[in-house]
Amino acid sequence: MSAPALSTRQAPPPAPSPGAARSPRRRAAFRQALKRNLIAHGFLVGAVLCFSFFSWYPMVREFFLAFEKREDGATVWAGWSNFTYIFNDPAFWQAWRNTILFTGLALLLGFAVPFVVALVLNEFRHGQGYLRLLVYLPVMLPPVASVLLFKYFYDPGYGLFNRILGAVGLPDQQWLQSTDTAMLSVVIAATWMNMGGATLIYLAALQGIPGELYEAAELDGAGILRKIWHVTIPQTRLVLSLMLLMQIIATMQVFVEPFLLTGGAGPEGATLTVVQLIYQYAFTFNNYGSAAALGLVLLVLLAVFSAAYVRLSRVSEE
Amino acid sequence: MTTRTLISPAQLARPRGTFLYWTAFVLVLVVFTLVFIGPLYWMVTSGLKSPQEFARTPPTLVPEEAHPGNYADAWGVMDLAKLLGNTLYYALGALAFQLVLDVAAAYSLSKLRPALGNVILGAMLVTLMIPATVLVVPQYLTVLDVPIVERNLVNSPWVIWLPSVTNAFNIFLLKRFFDSIPRELLDAAAIDGASPLRTLRSVVLPISRPILGVVSIFAVVGVWKDFLWPMLTLPDPGKQTINVGIYSLAASVTENWLLAALVIASLPTLVIFLVCQRHIMSGLTAGSLKG
Repeated sequence: MSAPALSTRQAPPPAPSPGAARSPRRRAAFRQALKRNLIAHGFLVGAVLCFSFFSWYPMVREFFLAFEKREDGATVWAGWSNFTYIFNDPAFWQAWRNTILFTGLALLLGFAVPFVVALVLNEFRHGQGYLRLLVYLPVMLPPVASVLLFKYFYDPGYGLFNRILGAVGLPDQQWLQSTDTAMLSVVIAATWMNMGGATLIYLAALQGIPGELYEAAELDGAGILRKIWHVTIPQTRLVLSLMLLMQIIATMQVFVEPFLLTGGAGPEGATLTVVQLIYQYAFTFNNYGSAAALGLVLLVLLAVFSAAYVRLSRVSEE
Repeated sequence: MTTRTLISPAQLARPRGTFLYWTAFVLVLVVFTLVFIGPLYWMVTSGLKSPQEFARTPPTLVPEEAHPGNYADAWGVMDLAKLLGNTLYYALGALAFQLVLDVAAAYSLSKLRPALGNVILGAMLVTLMIPATVLVVPQYLTVLDVPIVERNLVNSPWVIWLPSVTNAFNIFLLKRFFDSIPRELLDAAAIDGASPLRTLRSVVLPISRPILGVVSIFAVVGVWKDFLWPMLTLPDPGKQTINVGIYSLAASVTENWLLAALVIASLPTLVIFLVCQRHIMSGLTAGSLKG
């Protein structure tokens, strides 16, 4: 019945020009194109409705929320007052300092560790399947499980980590309880939980490096470190920079790890991140306007990194 | 068949190279096993200990007295059957919705090419660039009172199922795969008189099994691992997911029970992983950067 629908799909979209209605042949073509489009849009409608309700509408709503507030049960235009409110909130600056600290630490650990691990794994000619499986294992654990496990390991009393430190003669740490180490502890746990994905992506990139490049470097007398510097890193530069941007985008949005490990804010707010603060504004204080305003600030900042990411991935497509 | 890496085969072939290789290999094997399996071992064995033994310092490596009953107690006290059942229900529902609606959308965008299709695809992909956490607040307000239909979805499975469809990444993955299916194949089906739906069912879907597998695994695991969204939208303890349920009960049960519960909660995704690891790993690298 609708057989021609597929074979004519190259036809231009229907343009209901006045001429189209006059000639019977054109009218048939128009009806054909209309039918083809109706079918095609029929396939799309479910997903488009879901996107409309749960993605696109909330995106627009986020923007309006940031400029509204509730007053005596009615929603009124608030202008920039939500923004001045959050800028004057000391927690705002603390949350940003913590988030930048988290992102910095997560880049030191979460970005470098998977790359080094991938470099090492790539050298082995045995057991690679098993090692890859190990590294990815924590990614599959439900976050409650991995986070509660780390909570026990970090316990200053009977925790495993202080036992290990004691065994090698190092002093006990307060881990999550101290303002100095709370954020680092969260980052260590987050790295363990999430490094699997990045490691596998690096491994795939490393396996794409042509071996001749290493041979050429050896003829020039390069050692391992120089080979990494002059061959491995330039060859994986694109993947590395994409992952760097992805890491920044992801870590700036960190929520679950600090929320579950330290109840959110941590000792004296040491692990209060921006998204924690959004959560607090919205769901502890019912202040949706401030939550949305803070969300927009985060959005604007992350947009820069997202734009860079998109540009880079375009380059990689070509 | 070995590809060249950092260390040259000649270096490895020397006695010193072989020795260093095997030393490093064994070292890495042991350290990685400790780091990645160690916590799981600790979780399983701690779930077997008595409360007294659990609190002992230094901790015992092997439980002196195994109490497998802890697992049964945790199962009963925390009503894990209910929590697991809920999670499975949400995960399978989300899988069904994603498979039907996302596949249909990707097929339409890739092969039927409707007017404004590129605009729609673009609008979908834009959602990938908006940080997910920014949208949580307006999304939550939306499901409290969905516009036009004026329904409150909180505490209903729809609150997990419908938003799970808005996975632009899945649609993108599927569309790219469909794009790679040769035109001639579909044209042949069309000449034989197959409708687009028929073509999708009997030509496109059978070829697309690998990508459908990847999308399905990620759909199920995504629901299983999610925390913030179900915590916000399923406040009724009888309707919670395993993650949220265990989290809210954590303070009220003894540690050995809690750990037993964590083991039980981790089993489904671990089993999925061990069974489907090749799919998961290929999907991960295919989707992430070649995209």
